[in-house]
Formats: sequence, structure tokens, C-alpha cells
Amino acid sequence: MASNFEFELPNPPTRNVGSNLGEADLVRRSASSVPAPAQKLTAVAKLIDVSKCIGCKACESACLEWNDMRAEIGTNVGVYDNPPDLTPSMFTVMRFTEWVNPATQNLEWLIRKDGCMHCADPGCLKACPAPGAIVQYSNGIVDFVHESCIGCGYCVKGCPFNIPRISQVDHKAYKCTLCSDRVAVGQGPACAKACPTHAIVFGTKDEMTRHAEGRITDLKSRGYANAGLYDPPGVGGTHVMYVLHHADKPEIYAGLPRNPRISPIVELWKGVTKYAGLTAMAAFAAVGFLHYVVSGPNRVSPEDEDNARRLAGSGPP
Amino acid sequence: MTAYDVEPGDKVHQGDPVTVDRYATGARINHWVTATCLVLLAISGLALFHPRLFFLTELFGGGQNTRAIHPWIGVVLFFSFFGLFVRFWRANLWKREDDTWLARLRDVLTAHEEKLPEVGKYNAGQKAVFWLMSILIVVLICSGLAIWDQYFAGYTTVEQKRVAVLIHALAAIVIICVWIVHVYAAIWVRGTFSAMTRGRVTGGWAWRHHRKWLRELVGGEGSRRTTPAE
Repeated sequence: MASNFEFELPNPPTRNVGSNLGEADLVRRSASSVPAPAQKLTAVAKLIDVSKCIGCKACESACLEWNDMRAEIGTNVGVYDNPPDLTPSMFTVMRFTEWVNPATQNLEWLIRKDGCMHCADPGCLKACPAPGAIVQYSNGIVDFVHESCIGCGYCVKGCPFNIPRISQVDHKAYKCTLCSDRVAVGQGPACAKACPTHAIVFGTKDEMTRHAEGRITDLKSRGYANAGLYDPPGVGGTHVMYVLHHADKPEIYAGLPRNPRISPIVELWKGVTKYAGLTAMAAFAAVGFLHYVVSGPNRVSPEDEDNARRLAGSGPP
Repeated sequence: MTAYDVEPGDKVHQGDPVTVDRYATGARINHWVTATCLVLLAISGLALFHPRLFFLTELFGGGQNTRAIHPWIGVVLFFSFFGLFVRFWRANLWKREDDTWLARLRDVLTAHEEKLPEVGKYNAGQKAVFWLMSILIVVLICSGLAIWDQYFAGYTTVEQKRVAVLIHALAAIVIICVWIVHVYAAIWVRGTFSAMTRGRVTGGWAWRHHRKWLRELVGGEGSRRTTPAE
């Protein structure tokens, strides 16, 4: 078997298979805590080899198909991106960039499949105020639980990759699930299953990292000296990784951030502000209470009333 | 010309005790609409601010409803407070005696009224509450619009939203603290609540806490007219 097809995903099972992703596998739960899982699942990852992508959009179609969604019919905006951005019913979008390599003067067509990166340190989950609306499984998948979502859009502010989209229909946040429902029954993501060039492969994070190394070696031998793996440490690494032929310049791939991390503003908002804020309010109330206990009420005296009567011309009684 | 801090409807009525009209019916309704909005905003806002307080969303019929209704209450509060601002801003202009009053905050808190300068309808503390509320409400409505994604998501960038949500949270914390001061002062200084419930205070209360205002009311022609014919 050619090495390109090393990670061919199995066909769907013909018998009923139980889900292996449940409440017991949660490592993080938004606005709440979960007990440490008794056993951790093996970390999974999706590897997107940008150098192998032909821009066919089979992944987009497979995503829509599996998630039973239909993207709105749009208009041509002058580029191949279709739709032009992620939407609540479009979890993945191929972003096309025409880039002139200054070293070779070659026009390079860079195509990056955009979508949730499934950060190990997810900003969306950190920002979410609704208990259990965003969860992280021990295999690395970050999932939105729509029954608990309140549609506030805090996840949009927390995300360093600008991925979640809020539906104007049901006012809930949507993004790529890494096909958690497929992974739970031993399958891989629909996009990986559909990719004709195996630019998208899925497996354990270790396997994917090793596979990427082989791809990077190959790319380097073909003249891409700066080929590398995109697994940004600023968010603790991601469970969706890219092989980039120009890993030293991630920005050229339609603005892939060089060093993504949860915004310090979000850290401040969800960190010290949360605790200092409640403390300040409690302190004000406590000082008021203490002041009352110590000094008692400030009452108007009978002399005050007499003085008022005298001033008003009623005279003392 | 009437003094800066005498508002239409402020009147002294002779009797035992002397009573002083402090807030007209319109001002009181305006105040309580604002107060109700502020409390509802604080509860719904705190529910989305700290996970421990998320249960407060139940009061509004769940998280989705809380998220949807909070900004609308904010809009009502903004316009309601604007009404209060129009009514009260003149009487809250900063005067020389306010500096003295503030410098003697220690005497204020130990209820040594005799050591304090005579002040008009509002003392420096009340004026500070008024101006802080005014500024914070503008900050809150502006930052709030920037994160009201249901209608205005497209008008700001994600980075602007991040800044707005932090400013919104900080301003909300400060305004809740200001509100605690406001409510506590009304509880501590006895005889104050009737100003906002029935609209009037006793002469003794006005003498003790707002003597300059009382003198202006008595000295002005207004007080003469209301003297009952004996």
C-alpha cells in the first residue's frame, strides 16, 4: 500500500456500535468543573496537508452531507472561496490564496481548509458562561452542546482563530465537531473520509505528528526548505494540524495566525476581573454593613424638627 | 432667580412636623423605573458574568431568555435614566461647599453634621453618585451595543468586541458598587426613603442634611404661597 493511503479510514460498521465518547470522558466543561476522568482516551488529531490539497471542496460537501446542512446559495465574490466565510451551517471553508513566492517569482496557489482547530487550551470554552455548553473530551475534541448554549457569542470573543458562528435562526453557536459522533464509533471525520488526495488524514495525535514528519521531509527534499508542522504551542497545541510548505510564514495561508493564543483581554476578563469584581461588590456591601453596626442609623433629632419649624415660620410647638 | 438646586415642585409645608416636597410624582416614577431596570440588569448581567451565579438566569426563564432580554432592559434603563438626568443635572452641579463636605468625609460617616457645611438639595456624595451613574451608563450602553451580537454583530471586529466586553464587565462592577453606596446611604440616613416613596421629607431631615436647600425654599417666594391660611 502506498504511504499516501496509510491512514485510510474504515468503512462504517454494519452492526450497532456503542459510543465511546460520554460524560465520563470530559476533561473540561464550560462554566463548571468535571471530575478527572478515570481513564484518558488516546489523543486524536486531524492532519491537513496543505501541499496535497487540490481545492476540490469534497471536504465541504462531506461536511454538509454528514451534518445534514445546506449552505445558503450565495454569490460569486470574485474568488474561489465558496461560501466566502464560515457560517452557522458551514463548519469548514477552503480559503484560496494566490501568493507570489519572492524567492522564485512563482505564483503559488495556497489552499487552506479553515475550521475549528480543537485547541488543547480552548478560548471558546474559557469564555463560555453557560455551564456545559462547551465541552472538551480527553481525546482532544472540543464540542458545542447546543441544548446548553445561550447564544451570547462569548465563544466568538474567546476563539483565537475566529471560528464559531452564531445562528440567527436558533441563536446558538456552531462550529466543526471534528465529527465527534463519528469518532465516537470508531470512524474518522467526514472530510477526511471524502478527501480524494488524502490531504486530510485522521488518527492519533502521535501518528499524525509522525506522519507529518515524513511529509515535511519529503517537502524539504523537493525544495520547500521551510516546510513544517502547524501545531501552535500558544494554545497548548491543536487537534487539527496543518502541514505547511511555508511554515515560517503561516500568515500567507489566508491569515493563519503565527502565534495564536487566547487574547490577554479575554484572560483578564475571565480571570482576575471575575474574582476581583465579586470581591469588590462583597467588600462594598460588607463595609456598609459594618458601618451600620458600628455607627447605627443617622436619625433626625427632635431639635432638627424644631429648627425646621422655626425656620419655616411655624414656630416651636 | 431661583437657586440652582431648587427643582420645580420643591416646596415647604408648615405643620408639625414641617414637611418638604422633594420629588414630584413624575420624578419618582422615573426613578423607580430606572431602579427596577438597574436591579434586573445587575441580576441578569451577574448571571452571565460568573458561573456560580448562572442559576440566576432561571429568574428570566433560562439562559437564552436572559441573553435576549438583558440588552433590551439596558435600552429601557438608558432612556429612563436620561429622564432623570434631564431632571437632576442642574441640582448636581459641583459647588464650592462640596469640596469642603468631601474633605470632611470622616465627619459625614461619623454623623457629625454640625461640622459639615450647609449643602443644597444634594451633598457631594449624592452628586458623585449622580455623575458616576451618568458616565457609567453611557459607557455601559456603548460597550453593550458593541457586544449585542443578535443585531449588531457585523458592526464591530472580534478584537473590538473583546475590549467592549471587558469594559462592560468593569463598568458594571463599578456601577453595582456605586449602587450599593446609593442604597446604603438611603438606609443609613433615616427619613430618606419617604423622599422617593411619598415624595416628601420632614423639615428636620432637610434641616439636618440639606439646610442650604431648606433655607432657599423658605426664603423663596414658593414657601410663602404654600403657607396655609390661618
